[in-house]
This record gives sequence, structure tokens and C-alpha cells, in this order.
Amino acid sequence: MKDNKINLTLKIWRQESAKAKGNFEEFKVAVSPNSSVLEMFDELNNKLEKEGKTPIAFESDCREGICGTCGIVINGHPHGSKNKTATCQMHMRSFTEGETIYLEPFRATAFPILRDLMVDRSGLDNIQQAGGYVSFNTGSAPDGNAIPISKEVAALSLDAAECIGCGACVAACKNSSAMLFVSAKVSQFALLPQGQAERYERVQNMIIAHDESGFGSCTNTYACEAECPKGISVSNIARMNRDYFVSNMKLQNI
Amino acid sequence: MITLDSKVPKGNLSEKWTNHKFNMKLVNPSNKRKYDVIVVGTGLAGASAAATLGELGYKVKAFTFHDSSRRAHSIAAQGGINAAKDYQNDGDSVFRLYYDTIKGGDFRSREANTYRLAEVSNNIIDQCVAQGVPFAREYGGTLANRSFGGAQVSRTFYARGETGQQLLLGAYSSLNRQIKLGTVEMYNRREMLDLVVVDGKAKGITVRNLITGEVESYAAQAVVLATGGYMNVYYLSTNAMMSNATAIWRAHKKGAAFANPCYTQIHPTCLPVHGEGQSKLVLMSESLRNDGRIWVPNIVGEKRPINEIPESDRDYYLERRYPSFGNLAPRDISSRSAKYACDAGKGVNGGRAVYLDFADAIKRIGEDAVREKYGNLFEMYENITAENPYKVPMQIYPAPHYAMGGLWVDYNLMSSIPGLFVAGEANFSDHGANRLGASALMQGLADGYFVIPYTISNYFGSEKPEKDDVNKSEFKEAKESVNESSNKLLSINGKQTVDDIHKKLGELLIDKVGMSRDEAGLKGVITKIADLREEFWNDVKVVGESEDINLNLERAGRVADFLELGELIAVDALNRDESCGAHFREEHQTEEGEAIRNDEEFAYVAAWEYEKAGKWNLHKENLEFESVKLATRSYK
Repeated sequence: MKDNKINLTLKIWRQESAKAKGNFEEFKVAVSPNSSVLEMFDELNNKLEKEGKTPIAFESDCREGICGTCGIVINGHPHGSKNKTATCQMHMRSFTEGETIYLEPFRATAFPILRDLMVDRSGLDNIQQAGGYVSFNTGSAPDGNAIPISKEVAALSLDAAECIGCGACVAACKNSSAMLFVSAKVSQFALLPQGQAERYERVQNMIIAHDESGFGSCTNTYACEAECPKGISVSNIARMNRDYFVSNMKLQNI
Repeated sequence: MITLDSKVPKGNLSEKWTNHKFNMKLVNPSNKRKYDVIVVGTGLAGASAAATLGELGYKVKAFTFHDSSRRAHSIAAQGGINAAKDYQNDGDSVFRLYYDTIKGGDFRSREANTYRLAEVSNNIIDQCVAQGVPFAREYGGTLANRSFGGAQVSRTFYARGETGQQLLLGAYSSLNRQIKLGTVEMYNRREMLDLVVVDGKAKGITVRNLITGEVESYAAQAVVLATGGYMNVYYLSTNAMMSNATAIWRAHKKGAAFANPCYTQIHPTCLPVHGEGQSKLVLMSESLRNDGRIWVPNIVGEKRPINEIPESDRDYYLERRYPSFGNLAPRDISSRSAKYACDAGKGVNGGRAVYLDFADAIKRIGEDAVREKYGNLFEMYENITAENPYKVPMQIYPAPHYAMGGLWVDYNLMSSIPGLFVAGEANFSDHGANRLGASALMQGLADGYFVIPYTISNYFGSEKPEKDDVNKSEFKEAKESVNESSNKLLSINGKQTVDDIHKKLGELLIDKVGMSRDEAGLKGVITKIADLREEFWNDVKVVGESEDINLNLERAGRVADFLELGELIAVDALNRDESCGAHFREEHQTEEGEAIRNDEEFAYVAAWEYEKAGKWNLHKENLEFESVKLATRSYK
């Protein structure tokens, strides 16, 4: 692996708290092309700490693209422009010598900024708590093979279940809608026999919680799918909309 | 003074858990709501325990330092979860899963615990399927299995390469349901910084609110720690960035014995370090060793490009030293051999990496067949390194991965402090000196869904602990000591950053207490770690304030604990004058480099009692084996 450092100008969003006014702060860095974007931040923070300055607040954990903790808007794209890649998997070799990079938090009314690039995504948890489960107590399960599920259905359900809950769909959407996120969970269970008993109640409750948490409405621009690091398909939204329509009929006894 | 009583029930191995469940005290349903339980950590073990305790009717408070329970590092497990279902009709059984696990652990785990793990493994699969976990299926709709290392049967259940994610999200969904029902109160972004012990019993915790910086106290009649493993003590590991030992370490300092800290697993096939800025290591599936050939240049300081190094100047060292197992030699042997090759200066470009070469496989079965088998792994490799492994050999190096050691627990998963329970990777209980693949998910969920809910009821039913008030002096003292330590860290204002010192600790540990250890090295490193700790408390620089978001302060606290734990790992490794599982002492090996156990002197669990920084007292729990004969591993 070649390790000739590249020189970059970073414009990083700094903001003390949700209420404070934010602005871009400029930093010059020389970084190995083999480093990830987050490793570049580590190095920069280490330098700032040494100088007694406040390091840039950003979140990350697994750095393998699966935990959904990280999320930075890089040059206007949540998680950067590389397809199906989380921020932690973006490497500096994607950038060229002398380039200026803009780094911002995931912006949405429902994601108040905590500091710098850290946002509060607890709205996503509220939605899950409203119905993202199969109601069922430990210990009462039948044998795993008592519920046959076709290979195709299991695969479709897993396609939806792969959502990492990072909120990039919300940051990408001009309405700050979390419908891709909601539909992924609704679809996972709507496709499986285990999810049928609460199928229509679930979609109702999760959509109500979505709206109450401050997320906007879906207008089918598909920006969410384009920016999703796991490639969750908007066809899940269509599936959810069908279930939502049926659930409204059921509520009105039609 | 700690006394270790394993509380293993009497009777035949296969009847112990059933009998124990019958003999345990119960709590009447209407009395359950009088009991508060604190669960710290909401990964696989914690979320499943909190949800199940909530379902039973206890009042649960669950804590995570993440913004959401779904972020826990259980999520990154790829391969799968073992269970003794025998769906493949290939001769699997509870006893076989138990035997493979205890043998894989090199006969250093407690028989009864390991058996129970195998026993409840089947319930876990049923539980997860009922939750809507989309496991892989066969065309007929039945559950699919794959095979994994250390077993001759096919018993691993999986969901693509994302099994950990799907199981964690299953436990998270159960937890969410209980939060909605009001049986579990969820506290996000709280880091546990102390355990509160009143009259010898665990009665609560002190946490720091990571957003406001406020130090908060919570009381309960029992505390469950499910806070994961401590491999980030090595600085570079496959663990997540925030994974740490602080919760279990603070409990250790309050009296919980720490067991077998030197059992640390180093995984052989990870991506090598790319440079100084490396923040963590990425694991590549071990399955690559089925077709890849591992080699290093024969000549120290080899400068020629790879394609100009002739066969005669390549050392396929695993094939040479272990002709019958070759590149599929077990994890510990493969890891150690890579280290030796690089120590000798034969690593790629003189550094710490060896080649994993697919050229022969591509010649033999074609590039398409290789792509079909390993396509996603090759893609991942290329994404990270920007090198095409179809054209150029991969470079790999071993990385710290999983901690078998942890807080000592009895059969009920209760630590040496009454009322303090420990689940998942945080405890020491089931894997002995080495863990087999696809067993970590199994243990986390076994503890959380099927063991702790029963044994906590027994503790309440028999001890009837009282709930204490957070205004009691023990709570206030804990709070003060947390504040004091934060203030101290912030006031040092030295010259080195937290990461600078953490890196130094990692280098000391991986070198002397990593894949191979010896007496002189261990003795030297114990002093060096103590010196480094001194250096930290005199020269670290932590910026910001404590009454605020302060990621720098969070890391400083964790590294301060790693500096104590790191020493204990070395102390334990020095005490264990034998080789077993992941713990390899240079002094104890055969001519072929196989580990030599010493069952006569070391068939015990080393449980360390904290006296003061750098001083521990050893307690031994002898391991008795009734149903297996201790055998020597052989890979001839």
C-alpha cells in the first residue's frame, strides 16, 4: 500500500449546541490515502488536543459499516458520494491532492445538533418502540422449523432488515422523511408469517410515531435509496404504503 | 476476603440445570414489581436480559453509553450462531456441542456452565425465529446451516454475513416492546463509572450523562453488567472504537474478582496496519484459508516486486511446518507463526504482514470459481486497500479479537459481590482458554434470555434484598469519587494525548502479552505498564470540561482503566506457567510448536482480587472434570 500523503483543505461544521449558531471552520491536513475519513478526524483531533483546543465532536463505533453510529455529510452527500458506503468505509484516496472538502452533520429538524457533527437521532428509536417488533415473550417459541419460510421470502425480508438505522435517508430527503427507515422494519415483518398478527396495527403505530417525532412526509424523490449505505430499496415504501392503506380501511371497518 | 463458591448443582451433568431450575426460589408474580433491576449494556446479552426481566414483571432500568441500543458491537459479528439442533441429521447433539466447546477451550472452562450453554442453544434459535429474525433458509423453507471451525458437524445458523446484526436487532425489538409497555426504562448515553455496594451487596450504579456531563445515581436490588469485552486494551483490535472495560473494572475495584484475564484471542486473518493513523483492525473471514496459501519471502529485506520472487525464495511456512493441516492450522498456531515470520524480518517489505495468495487457486479452479466463493470478501479487501486480490496476493496479519476472561461468576452468573450479575463477553464463564467461532452470539443470548432471568429470581427469592435510597452515603461517596477522578484527569494538563498513551500501552501488550509470552518478557512488561500508568497520571492532556459533552474525557477514563487491567493481564499470564488455548508460553511447547498444558498444576480458574493499583491477590477455583477426559490437541 502506497503511503504518500495528500494535502487537503477541510471545511468542518462547528456548533457548540443545538441553540448555538454554527459555522464552517477551516483546517489544512496532510493525510495518508489509506486512512478512512474518520481516521483523518482522529489525527486532526489528536493534534487539536495536543494544542489544548476542543476536538471536533463526531460519532463512530464499529468502523465496519454495520453499527450505524457514524454519519457525516461529505460534499453534500450523506456518507459521501461513494455508492453503498458508510462514512467509516470512505477512504481518503477518494479525494485528490489540493481538494477542498465540506464536512457537515446530518441535517433535519428531527435530528437536533448536539455538537459539531453529532446529532440526536433518538426519534428513530421512538419509531421502533411504537411497533417495530413481534409481540412475544421469551420461552414460548415453537421449534424453529415449525414455521417454514421460503428461501425467497427470507431473503427479501433480510434485504429490508439490513437497515443500519444511521439516518442517512432522513439527511438525504428534502422533506426530512424517515419513510425508508420505517418501511424497512414494516416490510421485514410484513413479509414473514411471524409478523402477520400485528401487521396492520404495526404500520399504523409506526407511522404515527414517525410523524410525531418531527420527520416529514415522503414525496417519492428516491434520494433516500440513492444515499442509503445498505442499498435499502424504495419498494419497501410501496409495500408499506399498501399496508397503510389496508390498515386505514380496516380501522374504518370497510 | 473473597471466597469462591462455584455453586455448581449436584447430579448428572445433563440434569444439573433442570434440577437447579426446580430447586431455585421463585418470586410471586405480584411481588416481582417490588424488585428493581439495573442492566448496564444493551448488546445481545444486556438487551435480551432486560427484555426478559421486563416480561417477567420486574422493574428494569437499562443503560447504554450509545445513542441507541442498536449500536452495540454484537452487531458486527458476521459468521453465525451455533445450536445443537441436529437439523442436518449429521450426528450433532447437546453433548457434542458441549464437548467441542470445552475441548476448543483447551479444558479450562467450568464443565457445568459449558454444558448448560449447549443445552439452551436450541431455545435461542426458536426464540429468534419467533421474533422474526430472517435466518437463511433452504428451498423447502427449513433453516439452513453452515459449518465452522472446531466442529465436524454443520450446526451454525446464519443470516448472510450479518448474523450479529440480525440477532441484536431481534433482542433490541424485544427491548423496545418492553420500553413501550413501561416495564423497562431506557437510559441512553449514560456511561457507568462506579458500582455502589451497600453492606456487601450490589445496590446501584453511578453514571455520567454523556450529553450534560451530570453524574447520576441509580438504585436497585440487583445489577447486571453486560458491557462486553476488553480487547481494546491492545489499542488496535477488531472491537468497536468505544468498547471498553470501565464498567467491569470499576466493579472489580469494588470487590468483584477478575478471572483469567490472560485468555485473549488473537484472530489470524485480519487486515494489516496501514500506517500510523490506523484506528482499528478489520477481520476477514477465516474461510479464505481454505484456498489461499500463506507465505513470506525467504530473504530478509527482500526488495523485488512480488512477481519477481521465484518459488524457491518463498517460504510457505504453515505448509512446511504443519504438512497435514497446512494453511488450515488452528487460529493460535497460524497467528503465532505469522508473528515469528515478521519478527525474523521476513514480513512483507520488512513490516508486519504476510501474504495470503490465491494465484494457485485461480490457476486450479479459475477466477470465476474463486469469485463465487469469496467475491464479497475480495470486494471488501479491495475497498479498504485499493489492491485487487485477484492480481496481487492479499496481505494479512493477526489482530486482538475476543476476551475469554472477564469478571468471575458462579453457576448463577453472579459475581463475587452478591447481587452483581455478569453476562456475555463481560464474564469469564463458558469458553475456557479459547473460544470457537459462532459461540459468542450463542453465549450472549443464552445468558440474557435463559439464565439470568431465572437466577436473579432465585437471588431475590432467597436473599430478599432491600432497596436503598440514592441519598445514602455509599451513593454520595461513589458520586464524589467519580467527580474527583474527572476533575483530576482534566487538571493534569500534560503533554501527551490520551491516544498517545493508549498506543504505547497497546504496543507493550501486543509485543509481550499477545500471541506468545515468556517469563522475562512478562516480568519486564509489568514494570513498564506500571511506569506508563505513572506517566499517564502525570503527563496526559485532557481538554474541555466535565459538565458538558466531552469525548476526550470519556476516552481518558477508559484508558486509565486499561492501564490497570493491562498490568493484570500480564500478571495473570506470568502466573499461568503453562500453555493452553490462546495463552501460549514459549517455555511450554513441543518441538513442533504445540502448546503443552499442565493439568496437574493449572487446571484452575485464576480469580484475582483487587487490593490496590498494581497489587492483586490470587484465588483459585479448581476445575473438576467428571464427564470428559482431558486430551491433548493434535494437528498432525
